[in-house]
Amino acid sequence: MIPSQFDYELAGTADEAVGLLSQHDDAKLLAGGHSLLPLMRLRFASPALLVDIGRLSELSYIKEADGSIAIGALTRHHDLAGSDVLRERCAVIAETAEGIGDPQVRHRGTIGGSVTHSDPASDLPTVLLALEAEMVARGPSGERAIAAADFFTGFLESALRDNEILTEIRVPAIGSAGAYVKFNRRAQDWATVGVAAVRLNGATNVALTNMGATPLRAAGVEEALAAGADTAAASAQAANGTSPPSDTNGSAEYRAHLASILTKRALEALDG
Amino acid sequence: MRRIGMTVNGSPRTADVEPRELLVYVLREHLGLTGTNVGCDTSSCGACTVLLNGESVKSCTVLGVQADGQEITTIEGLARNGELHPVQQAFHEHHGLQCGYCTPGFVLAAVSLLNENPSPSEAEIREGLEGNLCRCTGYHNIVKAVQAAASS
Repeated sequence: MIPSQFDYELAGTADEAVGLLSQHDDAKLLAGGHSLLPLMRLRFASPALLVDIGRLSELSYIKEADGSIAIGALTRHHDLAGSDVLRERCAVIAETAEGIGDPQVRHRGTIGGSVTHSDPASDLPTVLLALEAEMVARGPSGERAIAAADFFTGFLESALRDNEILTEIRVPAIGSAGAYVKFNRRAQDWATVGVAAVRLNGATNVALTNMGATPLRAAGVEEALAAGADTAAASAQAANGTSPPSDTNGSAEYRAHLASILTKRALEALDG
Repeated sequence: MRRIGMTVNGSPRTADVEPRELLVYVLREHLGLTGTNVGCDTSSCGACTVLLNGESVKSCTVLGVQADGQEITTIEGLARNGELHPVQQAFHEHHGLQCGYCTPGFVLAAVSLLNENPSPSEAEIREGLEGNLCRCTGYHNIVKAVQAAASS
Protein backbone atom coordinates (compact mmCIF):
# COMPACT_ATOMS: atom_id res chain seq x y z
CA MET A 1 0.00 0.00 0.00
CA ILE A 2 1.32 3.44 -0.88
CA PRO A 3 1.01 5.57 2.28
CA SER A 4 -0.88 8.59 0.94
CA GLN A 5 -4.09 8.46 -1.03
CA PHE A 6 -4.33 9.76 -4.56
CA ASP A 7 -6.73 9.81 -7.49
CA TYR A 8 -6.03 7.90 -10.65
CA GLU A 9 -7.02 8.58 -14.25
CA LEU A 10 -6.20 6.40 -17.23
CA ALA A 11 -5.44 8.63 -20.24
CA GLY A 12 -6.76 7.33 -23.56
CA THR A 13 -4.71 9.72 -25.70
CA ALA A 14 -1.68 11.97 -25.26
CA ASP A 15 -3.91 15.04 -25.61
CA GLU A 16 -6.22 13.72 -22.91
CA ALA A 17 -3.19 13.39 -20.62
CA VAL A 18 -2.18 16.99 -21.39
CA GLY A 19 -5.75 18.08 -20.60
CA LEU A 20 -5.74 16.28 -17.25
CA LEU A 21 -2.38 17.83 -16.34
CA SER A 22 -3.73 21.27 -17.26
CA GLN A 23 -6.81 20.82 -15.06
CA HIS A 24 -4.98 19.63 -11.93
CA ASP A 25 -2.26 21.40 -9.97
CA ASP A 26 -0.76 18.42 -8.23
CA ALA A 27 -0.77 15.72 -10.90
CA LYS A 28 2.05 13.43 -11.98
CA LEU A 29 2.32 11.27 -15.07
CA LEU A 30 2.60 7.52 -14.55
CA ALA A 31 4.32 5.54 -17.32
CA GLY A 32 6.09 2.37 -16.20
CA GLY A 33 6.09 3.64 -12.64
CA HIS A 34 9.54 2.34 -11.79
CA SER A 35 10.89 5.71 -10.69
CA LEU A 36 7.72 7.27 -9.34
CA LEU A 37 6.10 4.42 -7.40
CA PRO A 38 9.17 3.67 -5.24
CA LEU A 39 9.38 7.39 -4.40
CA MET A 40 5.70 7.39 -3.40
CA ARG A 41 6.18 4.17 -1.45
CA LEU A 42 8.97 5.87 0.54
CA ARG A 43 6.90 9.08 1.03
CA PHE A 44 9.30 11.20 -1.04
CA ALA A 45 6.46 12.09 -3.41
CA SER A 46 2.72 12.37 -2.77
CA PRO A 47 0.90 13.69 -5.84
CA ALA A 48 -2.87 14.16 -5.57
CA LEU A 49 -3.49 12.62 -8.99
CA LEU A 50 -1.70 10.07 -11.15
CA VAL A 51 -2.40 10.34 -14.87
CA ASP A 52 -1.60 6.91 -16.28
CA ILE A 53 -0.18 7.13 -19.81
CA GLY A 54 1.11 3.56 -19.68
CA ARG A 55 -1.46 2.28 -22.21
CA LEU A 56 -0.67 4.83 -24.94
CA SER A 57 0.87 2.26 -27.25
CA GLU A 58 1.14 4.88 -30.02
CA LEU A 59 4.03 6.37 -28.00
CA SER A 60 6.01 3.12 -28.08
CA TYR A 61 8.09 2.93 -31.26
CA ILE A 62 11.59 3.13 -32.69
CA LYS A 63 11.83 4.43 -36.26
CA GLU A 64 14.48 5.85 -38.50
CA ALA A 65 13.98 9.01 -40.55
CA ASP A 66 16.42 11.43 -42.20
CA GLY A 67 19.57 10.25 -40.47
CA SER A 68 18.06 10.28 -37.00
CA ILE A 69 16.21 7.77 -34.89
CA ALA A 70 12.88 8.70 -33.32
CA ILE A 71 12.05 6.85 -30.13
CA GLY A 72 8.57 7.05 -28.61
CA ALA A 73 8.68 8.16 -24.98
CA LEU A 74 6.85 5.05 -23.78
CA THR A 75 9.32 2.62 -25.35
CA ARG A 76 10.42 0.27 -22.59
CA HIS A 77 14.07 -0.46 -21.74
CA HIS A 78 13.37 -4.07 -22.73
CA ASP A 79 12.31 -2.95 -26.20
CA LEU A 80 15.28 -0.58 -26.59
CA ALA A 81 17.64 -3.42 -25.70
CA GLY A 82 15.99 -5.75 -28.21
CA SER A 83 15.72 -3.27 -31.08
CA ASP A 84 17.49 -4.27 -34.29
CA VAL A 85 17.18 -0.68 -35.55
CA LEU A 86 19.04 0.64 -32.52
CA ARG A 87 21.63 -2.14 -32.53
CA GLU A 88 22.49 -1.18 -36.10
CA ARG A 89 21.96 2.60 -36.10
CA CYS A 90 22.59 3.81 -32.52
CA ALA A 91 23.83 0.82 -30.58
CA VAL A 92 24.85 2.72 -27.46
CA ILE A 93 21.18 3.24 -26.53
CA ALA A 94 20.36 -0.47 -26.78
CA GLU A 95 23.53 -1.44 -24.91
CA THR A 96 22.83 1.06 -22.14
CA ALA A 97 19.19 -0.01 -21.82
CA GLU A 98 20.29 -3.62 -21.45
CA GLY A 99 22.24 -2.65 -18.32
CA ILE A 100 19.46 -0.74 -16.54
CA GLY A 101 18.13 -2.30 -13.33
CA ASP A 102 17.15 -5.90 -13.97
CA PRO A 103 14.82 -7.76 -16.38
CA GLN A 104 11.69 -7.03 -14.33
CA VAL A 105 12.53 -3.32 -14.23
CA ARG A 106 13.28 -3.30 -17.96
CA HIS A 107 9.88 -4.90 -18.65
CA ARG A 108 8.16 -1.86 -17.13
CA GLY A 109 10.52 1.12 -17.18
CA THR A 110 10.40 3.49 -20.17
CA ILE A 111 12.92 5.83 -21.78
CA GLY A 112 10.55 8.77 -21.35
CA GLY A 113 10.03 8.01 -17.69
CA SER A 114 13.76 7.78 -17.12
CA VAL A 115 14.42 11.05 -18.92
CA THR A 116 11.65 13.09 -17.31
CA HIS A 117 12.49 11.76 -13.84
CA SER A 118 15.91 13.37 -14.43
CA ASP A 119 17.79 11.44 -11.80
CA PRO A 120 21.50 12.26 -12.20
CA ALA A 121 22.28 8.60 -11.36
CA SER A 122 20.26 7.35 -14.38
CA ASP A 123 22.09 5.96 -17.38
CA LEU A 124 19.99 7.02 -20.38
CA PRO A 125 19.94 10.79 -19.66
CA THR A 126 23.75 10.81 -19.77
CA VAL A 127 23.84 8.94 -23.07
CA LEU A 128 21.21 11.27 -24.54
CA LEU A 129 23.19 14.30 -23.40
CA ALA A 130 26.33 12.97 -25.11
CA LEU A 131 24.28 12.25 -28.25
CA GLU A 132 22.90 15.82 -28.30
CA ALA A 133 19.44 14.27 -28.41
CA GLU A 134 16.29 16.28 -28.93
CA MET A 135 13.29 15.86 -26.63
CA VAL A 136 9.83 16.50 -28.08
CA ALA A 137 7.28 17.84 -25.58
CA ARG A 138 3.56 18.19 -26.19
CA GLY A 139 1.51 20.76 -24.31
CA PRO A 140 -1.84 22.53 -24.71
CA SER A 141 -0.52 24.69 -27.56
CA GLY A 142 1.28 21.97 -29.47
CA GLU A 143 4.73 20.46 -29.66
CA ARG A 144 8.17 21.92 -29.05
CA ALA A 145 11.64 20.42 -29.22
CA ILE A 146 14.07 20.79 -26.33
CA ALA A 147 17.80 20.12 -26.72
CA ALA A 148 19.20 17.63 -24.22
CA ALA A 149 21.66 20.32 -23.10
CA ASP A 150 18.68 22.45 -21.99
CA PHE A 151 16.48 19.62 -20.70
CA PHE A 152 18.11 18.56 -17.44
CA THR A 153 17.78 21.61 -15.20
CA GLY A 154 18.38 20.26 -11.69
CA PHE A 155 18.18 17.30 -9.35
CA LEU A 156 15.00 15.45 -10.45
CA GLU A 157 14.04 18.55 -12.45
CA SER A 158 13.60 18.99 -16.17
CA ALA A 159 12.58 21.74 -18.57
CA LEU A 160 9.17 20.09 -19.07
CA ARG A 161 6.32 22.32 -17.99
CA ASP A 162 3.69 21.03 -15.57
CA ASN A 163 1.18 20.59 -18.40
CA GLU A 164 3.51 19.00 -20.93
CA ILE A 165 4.26 15.39 -21.67
CA LEU A 166 7.37 14.06 -23.37
CA THR A 167 6.31 12.25 -26.53
CA GLU A 168 9.48 11.50 -28.47
CA ILE A 169 13.27 11.45 -28.22
CA ARG A 170 15.36 11.96 -31.37
CA VAL A 171 18.95 10.77 -31.55
CA PRO A 172 21.48 10.86 -34.39
CA ALA A 173 22.19 7.60 -36.25
CA ILE A 174 25.82 7.14 -35.21
CA GLY A 175 25.93 3.38 -35.70
CA SER A 176 28.40 1.86 -33.27
CA ALA A 177 30.28 5.11 -32.53
CA GLY A 178 29.21 5.23 -28.89
CA ALA A 179 30.05 3.59 -25.58
CA TYR A 180 28.66 3.73 -22.06
CA VAL A 181 30.43 2.29 -19.04
CA LYS A 182 29.37 2.47 -15.43
CA PHE A 183 30.54 1.24 -12.09
CA ASN A 184 28.23 -0.08 -9.42
CA ARG A 185 28.82 -2.32 -6.47
CA ARG A 186 25.86 -4.67 -6.90
CA ALA A 187 24.27 -5.93 -10.11
CA GLN A 188 21.06 -3.90 -10.02
CA ASP A 189 22.37 -0.76 -8.29
CA TRP A 190 22.28 2.71 -9.75
CA ALA A 191 25.60 3.82 -11.22
CA THR A 192 28.08 5.14 -8.68
CA VAL A 193 29.53 6.90 -11.72
CA GLY A 194 28.89 6.35 -15.42
CA VAL A 195 30.48 7.75 -18.58
CA ALA A 196 29.11 8.01 -22.10
CA ALA A 197 31.42 8.71 -25.04
CA VAL A 198 30.19 9.21 -28.61
CA ARG A 199 31.65 10.42 -31.88
CA LEU A 200 29.39 13.00 -33.47
CA ASN A 201 30.04 15.46 -36.30
CA GLY A 202 33.79 14.90 -36.13
CA ALA A 203 34.04 15.55 -32.39
CA THR A 204 34.10 13.31 -29.33
CA ASN A 205 31.37 14.05 -26.80
CA VAL A 206 31.74 12.78 -23.24
CA ALA A 207 29.03 12.92 -20.57
CA LEU A 208 28.95 11.87 -16.92
CA THR A 209 26.41 10.11 -14.68
CA ASN A 210 26.15 10.97 -10.99
CA MET A 211 28.88 13.61 -10.95
CA GLY A 212 26.52 16.45 -10.01
CA ALA A 213 22.84 17.38 -9.76
CA THR A 214 22.26 16.66 -13.45
CA PRO A 215 24.01 14.58 -16.12
CA LEU A 216 27.02 16.65 -17.20
CA ARG A 217 29.17 17.08 -20.28
CA ALA A 218 32.84 16.48 -19.40
CA ALA A 219 33.99 19.72 -21.00
CA GLY A 220 37.59 19.32 -19.82
CA VAL A 221 37.91 15.95 -21.54
CA GLU A 222 36.25 17.16 -24.74
CA GLU A 223 38.51 20.23 -24.95
CA ALA A 224 41.64 18.17 -24.27
CA LEU A 225 40.71 15.66 -26.99
CA ALA A 226 39.93 18.46 -29.43
CA ALA A 227 43.37 19.95 -28.68
CA GLY A 228 45.02 16.62 -29.51
CA ALA A 229 45.60 15.17 -26.04
CA ASP A 230 45.87 11.40 -25.81
CA THR A 231 43.21 9.30 -24.08
CA ALA A 232 44.99 9.08 -20.73
CA ALA A 233 45.73 12.79 -20.51
CA ALA A 234 42.22 13.76 -21.58
CA SER A 235 40.59 11.30 -19.15
CA ALA A 236 42.44 12.90 -16.24
CA GLN A 237 40.28 16.00 -16.83
CA ALA A 238 36.98 14.11 -16.34
CA ALA A 239 36.04 15.53 -12.94
CA ASN A 240 36.99 19.13 -13.78
CA GLY A 241 34.15 21.48 -12.96
CA THR A 242 31.94 18.76 -11.44
CA SER A 243 30.50 18.54 -7.91
CA PRO A 244 29.90 14.84 -7.27
CA PRO A 245 27.91 13.74 -4.23
CA SER A 246 29.34 11.79 -1.29
CA ASP A 247 27.16 8.91 -0.11
CA THR A 248 27.32 5.28 0.98
CA ASN A 249 28.47 4.22 -2.49
CA GLY A 250 31.47 6.53 -2.52
CA SER A 251 32.99 9.85 -1.53
CA ALA A 252 33.24 12.79 -3.91
CA GLU A 253 37.00 12.09 -4.23
CA TYR A 254 36.36 8.46 -5.11
CA ARG A 255 33.79 9.49 -7.71
CA ALA A 256 36.30 11.91 -9.24
CA HIS A 257 38.78 9.04 -9.46
CA LEU A 258 36.15 6.75 -11.01
CA ALA A 259 35.19 9.42 -13.55
CA SER A 260 38.73 9.49 -14.92
CA ILE A 261 39.09 5.70 -15.00
CA LEU A 262 35.69 5.16 -16.61
CA THR A 263 36.26 7.96 -19.14
CA LYS A 264 39.45 6.23 -20.22
CA ARG A 265 37.58 2.93 -20.56
CA ALA A 266 34.74 4.55 -22.50
CA LEU A 267 37.17 6.25 -24.90
CA GLU A 268 39.06 2.99 -25.37
CA ALA A 269 35.79 1.17 -26.05
CA LEU A 270 35.03 3.83 -28.66
CA ASP A 271 38.33 3.13 -30.40
CA GLY A 272 38.16 -0.64 -29.93
CA MET B 1 -12.52 2.45 -4.74
CA ARG B 2 -12.75 1.16 -8.22
CA ARG B 3 -13.44 -2.25 -9.67
CA ILE B 4 -10.66 -3.88 -11.65
CA GLY B 5 -10.84 -7.07 -13.66
CA MET B 6 -7.87 -9.27 -14.48
CA THR B 7 -7.30 -12.72 -15.87
CA VAL B 8 -5.37 -14.38 -13.06
CA ASN B 9 -3.92 -17.81 -13.75
CA GLY B 10 -6.35 -18.20 -16.61
CA SER B 11 -9.51 -17.25 -14.71
CA PRO B 12 -11.34 -13.91 -14.72
CA ARG B 13 -11.13 -12.20 -11.31
CA THR B 14 -12.37 -8.86 -10.04
CA ALA B 15 -11.45 -6.76 -7.01
CA ASP B 16 -12.53 -3.41 -5.59
CA VAL B 17 -9.32 -1.54 -4.91
CA GLU B 18 -7.99 1.88 -4.01
CA PRO B 19 -5.57 3.36 -6.56
CA ARG B 20 -2.78 3.20 -3.97
CA GLU B 21 -3.03 -0.59 -3.56
CA LEU B 22 -0.11 -2.41 -5.11
CA LEU B 23 -0.66 -5.46 -7.27
CA VAL B 24 1.08 -7.78 -4.79
CA TYR B 25 -1.43 -6.84 -2.10
CA VAL B 26 -4.35 -7.14 -4.51
CA LEU B 27 -3.20 -10.68 -5.29
CA ARG B 28 -2.55 -11.64 -1.68
CA GLU B 29 -5.30 -9.86 0.22
CA HIS B 30 -8.15 -9.50 -2.26
CA LEU B 31 -7.67 -12.71 -4.22
CA GLY B 32 -6.11 -14.90 -1.51
CA LEU B 33 -3.11 -15.83 -3.68
CA THR B 34 -0.48 -15.78 -0.96
CA GLY B 35 2.13 -17.69 -2.96
CA THR B 36 3.51 -14.33 -4.09
CA ASN B 37 5.67 -13.07 -1.25
CA VAL B 38 6.46 -9.52 -0.17
CA GLY B 39 10.15 -9.01 0.42
CA CYS B 40 11.65 -5.52 0.24
CA ASP B 41 8.52 -3.76 -1.04
CA THR B 42 10.74 -1.37 -3.03
CA SER B 43 11.46 -3.30 -6.28
CA SER B 44 14.89 -4.55 -5.23
CA CYS B 45 14.54 -8.17 -4.13
CA GLY B 46 12.23 -9.80 -6.68
CA ALA B 47 10.33 -11.96 -4.14
CA CYS B 48 7.04 -10.56 -5.49
CA THR B 49 7.80 -11.36 -9.14
CA VAL B 50 4.75 -12.37 -11.20
CA LEU B 51 4.10 -12.50 -14.93
CA LEU B 52 2.17 -9.56 -16.41
CA ASN B 53 1.07 -10.47 -19.94
CA GLY B 54 3.73 -13.19 -19.88
CA GLU B 55 6.64 -11.00 -18.75
CA SER B 56 8.24 -10.87 -15.30
CA VAL B 57 7.45 -7.80 -13.21
CA LYS B 58 7.85 -6.90 -9.56
CA SER B 59 4.28 -6.72 -8.30
CA CYS B 60 5.28 -4.35 -5.47
CA THR B 61 5.95 -1.70 -8.13
CA VAL B 62 2.76 -2.09 -10.16
CA LEU B 63 -0.51 -0.58 -9.00
CA GLY B 64 -3.51 -2.86 -9.00
CA VAL B 65 -5.29 -0.35 -11.25
CA GLN B 66 -2.43 -0.62 -13.77
CA ALA B 67 -3.17 -4.35 -14.04
CA ASP B 68 -6.84 -3.76 -14.91
CA GLY B 69 -7.67 -5.81 -18.00
CA GLN B 70 -4.29 -7.58 -18.04
CA GLU B 71 -3.22 -11.20 -17.67
CA ILE B 72 -1.40 -12.19 -14.50
CA THR B 73 0.34 -15.46 -13.72
CA THR B 74 1.38 -16.25 -10.16
CA ILE B 75 3.18 -19.27 -8.76
CA GLU B 76 -0.24 -20.88 -8.16
CA GLY B 77 -0.91 -20.82 -11.90
CA LEU B 78 2.12 -22.70 -13.21
CA ALA B 79 1.25 -26.34 -12.51
CA ARG B 80 -1.01 -28.11 -15.03
CA ASN B 81 -3.35 -30.96 -14.01
CA GLY B 82 -1.36 -31.68 -10.89
CA GLU B 83 1.95 -31.75 -12.79
CA LEU B 84 4.55 -29.21 -11.72
CA HIS B 85 5.76 -26.74 -14.34
CA PRO B 86 9.18 -27.83 -15.71
CA VAL B 87 10.86 -24.94 -13.86
CA GLN B 88 9.15 -25.90 -10.59
CA GLN B 89 10.14 -29.53 -11.14
CA ALA B 90 13.76 -28.54 -11.79
CA PHE B 91 13.90 -26.39 -8.63
CA HIS B 92 12.56 -29.42 -6.74
CA GLU B 93 15.00 -31.91 -8.25
CA HIS B 94 18.08 -29.68 -7.96
CA HIS B 95 17.12 -28.25 -4.58
CA GLY B 96 17.11 -24.71 -5.94
CA LEU B 97 16.09 -23.29 -2.59
CA GLN B 98 16.96 -23.18 1.05
CA CYS B 99 14.35 -21.36 3.13
CA GLY B 100 12.07 -21.00 0.12
CA TYR B 101 10.92 -17.42 0.64
CA CYS B 102 12.42 -16.09 -2.59
CA THR B 103 11.48 -19.22 -4.57
CA PRO B 104 8.16 -18.19 -6.16
CA GLY B 105 9.80 -15.03 -7.46
CA PHE B 106 12.81 -16.92 -8.76
CA VAL B 107 10.62 -19.51 -10.50
CA LEU B 108 8.58 -16.84 -12.30
CA ALA B 109 11.69 -14.83 -13.21
CA ALA B 110 13.15 -18.05 -14.64
CA VAL B 111 9.96 -18.81 -16.60
CA SER B 112 10.10 -15.31 -18.13
CA LEU B 113 13.82 -15.67 -18.87
CA LEU B 114 13.31 -19.01 -20.64
CA ASN B 115 10.38 -17.59 -22.63
CA GLU B 116 12.73 -14.93 -23.99
CA ASN B 117 15.83 -17.11 -24.28
CA PRO B 118 15.05 -20.85 -24.32
CA SER B 119 18.68 -21.97 -24.09
CA PRO B 120 20.63 -19.47 -22.02
CA SER B 121 24.28 -19.86 -21.06
CA GLU B 122 25.17 -19.95 -17.38
CA ALA B 123 26.22 -16.30 -17.58
CA GLU B 124 22.91 -15.39 -19.23
CA ILE B 125 21.02 -17.20 -16.47
CA ARG B 126 22.92 -15.34 -13.77
CA GLU B 127 22.33 -12.01 -15.53
CA GLY B 128 18.71 -12.90 -16.23
CA LEU B 129 18.08 -13.53 -12.54
CA GLU B 130 19.89 -10.43 -11.28
CA GLY B 131 16.60 -8.89 -10.18
CA ASN B 132 16.07 -11.63 -7.59
CA LEU B 133 17.90 -11.94 -4.31
CA CYS B 134 18.31 -15.12 -2.26
CA ARG B 135 19.42 -14.27 1.27
CA CYS B 136 20.30 -17.94 1.90
CA THR B 137 22.81 -17.42 -0.96
CA GLY B 138 21.48 -20.48 -2.70
CA TYR B 139 22.33 -19.23 -6.18
CA HIS B 140 24.42 -22.25 -7.20
CA ASN B 141 21.53 -24.70 -7.20
CA ILE B 142 19.12 -22.12 -8.55
CA VAL B 143 21.31 -21.71 -11.63
CA LYS B 144 21.62 -25.50 -11.95
CA ALA B 145 17.83 -25.81 -11.76
CA VAL B 146 17.31 -23.25 -14.52
CA GLN B 147 19.93 -24.98 -16.70
CA ALA B 148 18.09 -28.27 -16.16
CA ALA B 149 14.71 -26.69 -16.95
CA ALA B 150 16.14 -25.19 -20.14
CA SER B 151 17.32 -28.56 -21.39
CA SER B 152 14.14 -30.45 -20.37
